[in-house]
Amino acid sequence: MLRLDDITHSYNGRRVIDGITVELAERRIGVIGANGSGKSTMARMLNGLVIPDSGRVLVEGRDTRKDAKAIRRRVGFVFSDADTQIIMPTVAEDVEVGLRRSGLSAAEIADRVDGVLRAYGLDGHRDHPAHLLSSGQKQLLALASVLVTDPAILVCDEPTTLLDLRNTAAIERRLSALPQQVVLLTHHLHMLAGYDRVLVLDEGRIAFDGAPDDAVAHYTELMAPRGGPEPHA
Amino acid sequence: MSTVGLYVPGDGPAHRAPAGAKLLVLLVAVSAMLLAGDLRVALAAVAAAVLLYPLCGLAPRHVWRTVRPLLVFVAVIGVFQWYAADAQTAVRVCAQLVAAVLLAGLVTLTTKVSAMLALFERLAGPLRHVGVRPDRVALTLALTIRCIPLVATAYRNSREAYAARGLRGRPHLLVVPVIVGLIRSAEAMGEAMVARGID
Ligand SMILES: Nc1ncnc2c1ncn2[C@@H]1O[C@H](COP(=O)(O)OP(=O)(O)OP(=O)(O)O)[C@@H](O)[C@H]1O
Ligand SMILES: [Mg+2]
Repeated sequence: MLRLDDITHSYNGRRVIDGITVELAERRIGVIGANGSGKSTMARMLNGLVIPDSGRVLVEGRDTRKDAKAIRRRVGFVFSDADTQIIMPTVAEDVEVGLRRSGLSAAEIADRVDGVLRAYGLDGHRDHPAHLLSSGQKQLLALASVLVTDPAILVCDEPTTLLDLRNTAAIERRLSALPQQVVLLTHHLHMLAGYDRVLVLDEGRIAFDGAPDDAVAHYTELMAPRGGPEPHA
Repeated sequence: MSTVGLYVPGDGPAHRAPAGAKLLVLLVAVSAMLLAGDLRVALAAVAAAVLLYPLCGLAPRHVWRTVRPLLVFVAVIGVFQWYAADAQTAVRVCAQLVAAVLLAGLVTLTTKVSAMLALFERLAGPLRHVGVRPDRVALTLALTIRCIPLVATAYRNSREAYAARGLRGRPHLLVVPVIVGLIRSAEAMGEAMVARGID
């Protein structure tokens, strides 16, 4: 359960989040909007990577301003660029490193690592250098490395932006199979079919909040050229 | 690009041996060779090291890959020793160097970084009392190794960006874009680590 309470945020004096209040309890939540509309900034607030200038963000009742560390254990985060999410030299080690401080025994850790590697089709690459995987495999690894810690909520910021259709479909499948609550930011609108709720952000505000089809229609309308000068962003 | 001297999967005897034992053997073997200070011992050490690679399940190309980065360095030292001492000393010193590097390579090629770091954390454990956090140091080392391919990628990207505009990206022109690229990667990596609770 996520709650944003009248949050605002500015970078260098410019408002990028401009008064968002919303409660997110659904299992599948999409967030769409133009480049620069504030999606990533809002997403980073969900696990305390960004603290709002004003207002508060509550995750399972806890305030990110006070409990960021505990909240990060509950909220997994997947970014677009898999390369920068890989920390350790080999595939299995990278999955493992997130469990270093979990308090689990070595056997339990090995068990869990095996489990996710198998689930993500990476068990054949256990000891391979992670940076030599294909982009699709790297993103699967990033997802596996986050999910091995068993977060309650998963936030994905454009996880398929750098991937081809096949790998996008692979990530899409994995996401839809997850029991967790998922907040997905994406420009791949088709991924949101079947989602419970989709928010459209526009200039730091929620411009629409509802079913996927209606949200996409609203967003398409919002993005339609109006005869003015071409936007530069 | 494959990272120099990094773990090669396998299940030979050296792969199964614990990291600590391998390091101890390495230390003893190299010290003995240096203490002997003998040309024949040094040459025998090189031969033994080369033979150990296939015995440990490593393809011969790993021998070459391990020594190749060192060749210029060895040549310079060889010439210097020849000039400062004599030919025999030059050969002995070069052989000692090559043997030591090959043996060390045998350890790194058969030991996972995580196993090495775990050993390091254990050995550096006592430093905890003087305020050093061994796990932090170990993580820093792992990240350093991880960043080698990132640097290579940043370098290739900026060279290609120059080439795409019909310019020749001379090395000194690449310094700034490479550093900018690395800072961007480092920021993103830092964020990903915080998000994964590794901080
Ligand atoms: N760390 C930062 N420092 C300064 N400005 C930032 C920073 N992060 C984001 N911004 C600015 O805030 C605004 C919103 O950015 P944000 O990344 O949240 O947008 P977004 O909706 O995720 O866009 P995109 O679809 O391009 O990912 C943009 O104008 C961006 O330039
Ligand atoms: Mg974004």
